[in-house]
Amino acid sequence: MSAASTTGFSARPSGRASTFWSRLRSGDEIAYILTLVCALSILAITALLVFELYKNSTDPRHKFGWTFLTTSVWDPVAGQFGALPFIYGTVMTSALALLIAIPLGVGAAIFLAELAPAKISNALTFLIELLAAVPSVIFGVLGIFVLIPFLQKVAPAIKAVLGWSPLFSGPFYGVSMLSAGVVLSIMIIPFIISISREVIMAVPNEQREGALSLGATRWETTWDVVLPYARTGIMGSIFLALARSLGETMAVTMVIGNTPQIRASLFAPGYSIAAVIANEFTEATGQLFQGALIELGLVLFGLTIVINGLARLLVLGATRKGTRVA
Amino acid sequence: MTLSLRRKIMNGLMLTLTGLSTFLAVGVLLFILGYLFVYGGKSLDWNFFTKLPVPVGETGGGMANALLGSAKLLLLATITGVPIGFLGGVYLAEFGGSTLSFIVRYTTDLLNGVPSIVIGVFAYTVIVIPQGHFSTLAGGIALGVMMIPIAIRSSEEFLRAVPLSLREGAMALGASKAKTILTVVIPAAKGGLITGIMLNLARVAGETAPLIFTSFGNQFWSPGWEQPTAALPVMIYLYAISPYEDWHTQAWSAGFVLLMLVLAVNIIARAILSKKGHVPR
Repeated sequence: MSAASTTGFSARPSGRASTFWSRLRSGDEIAYILTLVCALSILAITALLVFELYKNSTDPRHKFGWTFLTTSVWDPVAGQFGALPFIYGTVMTSALALLIAIPLGVGAAIFLAELAPAKISNALTFLIELLAAVPSVIFGVLGIFVLIPFLQKVAPAIKAVLGWSPLFSGPFYGVSMLSAGVVLSIMIIPFIISISREVIMAVPNEQREGALSLGATRWETTWDVVLPYARTGIMGSIFLALARSLGETMAVTMVIGNTPQIRASLFAPGYSIAAVIANEFTEATGQLFQGALIELGLVLFGLTIVINGLARLLVLGATRKGTRVA
Repeated sequence: MTLSLRRKIMNGLMLTLTGLSTFLAVGVLLFILGYLFVYGGKSLDWNFFTKLPVPVGETGGGMANALLGSAKLLLLATITGVPIGFLGGVYLAEFGGSTLSFIVRYTTDLLNGVPSIVIGVFAYTVIVIPQGHFSTLAGGIALGVMMIPIAIRSSEEFLRAVPLSLREGAMALGASKAKTILTVVIPAAKGGLITGIMLNLARVAGETAPLIFTSFGNQFWSPGWEQPTAALPVMIYLYAISPYEDWHTQAWSAGFVLLMLVLAVNIIARAILSKKGHVPR
């Protein structure tokens, strides 16, 4: 049990007073053990979480095996559970959200880190971090009452231009994967901006000076020199945002339409993993139905853990303070 | 050497676009605030804070039970989540070796990234199934589990920000390590630790997903800890998806109140922290 301190000095005072009992009396050993137990409890909680999800989804796992993930019939009455429509809806909405959020988020991060004067940059970053603090149910309310009516107005225009594509075919009723994707994009932009901004600001100034002195324009410096340097960190921020949008529940539930179907068109209603858990959990009667929802929780957990784990490693590599970025 | 026109145009164009995307992002926030002020502020009255919800069609109902429910849930979450998180943070900042600390930190960040709905399912399997009913207790513990990761990381960061010389001074005077932490390091980091808890609370105060099947909901008061309880975010959700115009108005008011609380806490906490030049996320 080495108590080598991360703050630079040993937990154990040297000299003859450092017997176990004297340290116990002075509280050192108690403090060490107490805080260690609390730190380890995070590992215990995570392990318990995995165990509980796994144990409580035994029935559907035995009954359906891997076909749970690859079939698309979700019929609680008949006892048939296939998760594909939910996985599809989750992936489609998150992909759409990233498609919108990446250019806007990285663009804004470039502006805040490279162009804006420090004062303005800090003020705007403050506002953007407030945006990140807005509860997701509020985004849901605005999604229902503001975004959907707005999209209903612009949908004909989108259809006129892009109607040839299967992505924008069919009628638009308001609740749809498109609405969910747009709401999600608004919710994840702050994450991309604030982390990317930090990563871009961490690029050494010599890099910029070198490019500028060779005659590159401001944009060429940013695009050809700064961004490649900050690439891993920006990727990390995008993965973090992706993990968040995959698991986002309330805002999606309120606008996606909650229909377990697989349609190519973004105009069609869909369903996401998180949304089906939120909607059906309290009504789930029977071990199998509830187990299937818990297994969906397990799938969502696995998905976000893998993506988060990757993201943390990327950001870790980019900023060295790594897992600190939260 | 003159720049080619193409490069100049490209430069100006792209830089303008980055500026536009920034103002778009900030504009969304202002837009959200504006909408909630207009739609939520206008129908807000005292009934909202003092009355119980009324059936559809009657006027004058409020969400007093949901406000109290949220307060109780947050209290319970603080009691369960903050001590564990705080002490874990003390371990990472003051005692931890490098390997175990890395594992704990990494797991903490992963747990922080677990979707809140999954935490809700977890609390359901651990508390609701054994107990056999929804309860304030289950909801509070679900929120408490969500508070632990941020509590760990923020307390670690603020404790680390305390200069090493303070610790050395205390130990040079003969204080034990525990005494040093308790009487020197923690008091020095107190302001930061408290704002960290405030930000943490503001975050879980808006959580809806983990409550739907733990604390469930309730149209009436919920005495004690064993009954289902209403909570503000869950009420907003249920009222917003209902087909009734009256309830939509109530949802706007509740959304307005929730957002104002969350933003006020965030602004105050960040103002305090920015004086110290240090804002953790």
